[in-house]
Amino acid sequence: MTVTPETVRQVAALARLSLGAEELAALTAQLNGILEHMEALTGVETAGAGPVAEPADGAPLREDQPGADPLAVHPAELAPDFADGFFTVPRLASHADADDGTDAAAGEAG
Amino acid sequence: MSRRPEPGVRERAAATAAGQATAARAARDVTSRIARTDRGEGGLNAFVSHDPELLAERAAGLDHEMDRSREQGRAPRLAGVPVAIKDNLCTLDLPTTCGSRMLEGFRSPYEATVVRRLREAGALIAGKTNMDEFGMGSSTETSAFGPTRNPHALDRVPGGSSGGSAAAVAAGIVPAALGSDTGGSIRQPAALCGVVGIKPTYGAVSRYGLVAFASSLDQVGVFGRTVDDAAAVLEVVAGHDPLDSTCADRPAPVLSGAVDAGADGLVVGVPEEYFPQDLDPGVRRLAEDAIEGLAREGADIRSISLPHTRLAIPTYYIIAPAEASSNLARYDGARYGFRAVADTAAAMYARTRSAGFGAEVKRRILLGTYALSAGYYDRYYGRAQGVRALIAQDFNTAFAAGVQVIFTPATPGVAFRIGERVDNPYDMYLADVFTVTANLAGIPGASVPIGTLGDLPVGGQLLADRWQEPLLVRAASAVERAVGSGAR
Repeated sequence: MTVTPETVRQVAALARLSLGAEELAALTAQLNGILEHMEALTGVETAGAGPVAEPADGAPLREDQPGADPLAVHPAELAPDFADGFFTVPRLASHADADDGTDAAAGEAG
Repeated sequence: MSRRPEPGVRERAAATAAGQATAARAARDVTSRIARTDRGEGGLNAFVSHDPELLAERAAGLDHEMDRSREQGRAPRLAGVPVAIKDNLCTLDLPTTCGSRMLEGFRSPYEATVVRRLREAGALIAGKTNMDEFGMGSSTETSAFGPTRNPHALDRVPGGSSGGSAAAVAAGIVPAALGSDTGGSIRQPAALCGVVGIKPTYGAVSRYGLVAFASSLDQVGVFGRTVDDAAAVLEVVAGHDPLDSTCADRPAPVLSGAVDAGADGLVVGVPEEYFPQDLDPGVRRLAEDAIEGLAREGADIRSISLPHTRLAIPTYYIIAPAEASSNLARYDGARYGFRAVADTAAAMYARTRSAGFGAEVKRRILLGTYALSAGYYDRYYGRAQGVRALIAQDFNTAFAAGVQVIFTPATPGVAFRIGERVDNPYDMYLADVFTVTANLAGIPGASVPIGTLGDLPVGGQLLADRWQEPLLVRAASAVERAVGSGAR
């Protein structure tokens, strides 16, 4: 199966990656080269294969107690921007874009 | 690179606990070795963070604690032993970068359980070591902070992604180091650098504080100059941790008795699929010599087949990138790390991730996102998980038939030149061809030096069933003895 540059662009948008034209072309070629090797899995009969491993004691639960490992510093000290107890980021879209219904976020993510 | 005899980890700890050696001296040695071998033109670049003043301060505190320990009759198991830490393990005192611009200068607000256990056992945290970005690579060339060089040949790679840790031990800067292994990232660099590397059973060592790459495959492990050195550190860091729900409720294994147990009666499986026609003839010869050595020591050598081995690389390179694409979604510039300037949040995410990640990370994120996306999930990710179960079943069948350990070459060849494989990603992926199966199956594995080709080390790999670390260590030390590679 061959992926096209348009498919790679759509996948990049899902992954919140912005690719230039040259990067897009190179990655398309590389992904196709890698996916060609993945075709070896086509047609392999996997029905009847058991689980990779059975956990002996299931998924353990911990006590519902907060602060099991307190942070050494407040998250505000790690954040690029922090105000009034919140991480702050640029606004999701400009007012002008929202007024005319343009989804500026989707356009810029590609 | 120093080849003078060095005391082992247990001997060093005992000497420090008894007052015959000091942590302060160990700290000075590490700092001077880093200055001599790691920095500047022609330096190894194994360390990305090393704070001589902090190290000296910690060492002085440790020596003071040793005085009290001696008065109380206590002997911390790793007293004064310097240990290097791969830079994807969170530390409080030094940055945690994962070899990425995305986390350049990042100071973790919490400490990895394995680092805390080392400190509590009296170890000195020598510094943070270089790695392929976010663990994605087999050469330590994808680090944003430059490649690490192989101490045996400065124009060659040390392997990856734990190349800095492997090089630091191989160069004699530290006697032991922590790494992580998702598809071979301890065993492969151990083989290329001529040191011992152990990847434990999945769930044997806490991943709390290990920055996630592929959560069903990642495991913290150890490097040492000898099997006993690596085992001594593994005994300290392994065992149940309530902070990691994937860490099994089991105590740490006791391995010291396994080191000298010998190979007499050990049933060793040799899978034909790991000795393909195109295997480097020198690697083949050294592997066969090691097998003959085990036989001379009394091991029962049996030919076996692991028929789904040929599917391991495609399986791994769907599952690992898929899990990585999910784990690395958190790096968006919002709460920590690098943030690109942008007018909108969506642009901030895209610009941050595009500028903060390197080429290999972006490639794997795209591959993983594609494999998980609607219309392709069953064809790629769903199918790969099914084949993964077949690969695990191959091992289960062999172990159920009476094989106790499996012996293979650790890598298909010796260390390649820096820059040699950067243009063809799949060629780089093939460096892991013998190691990814253990991660897919969740079983423990070790790489042990079995000789050299020219000046370049070659490693043999031992694999055992889940929770059989004592058998693994027994077999690894038997190989070490058989080939005479236990010299420090």
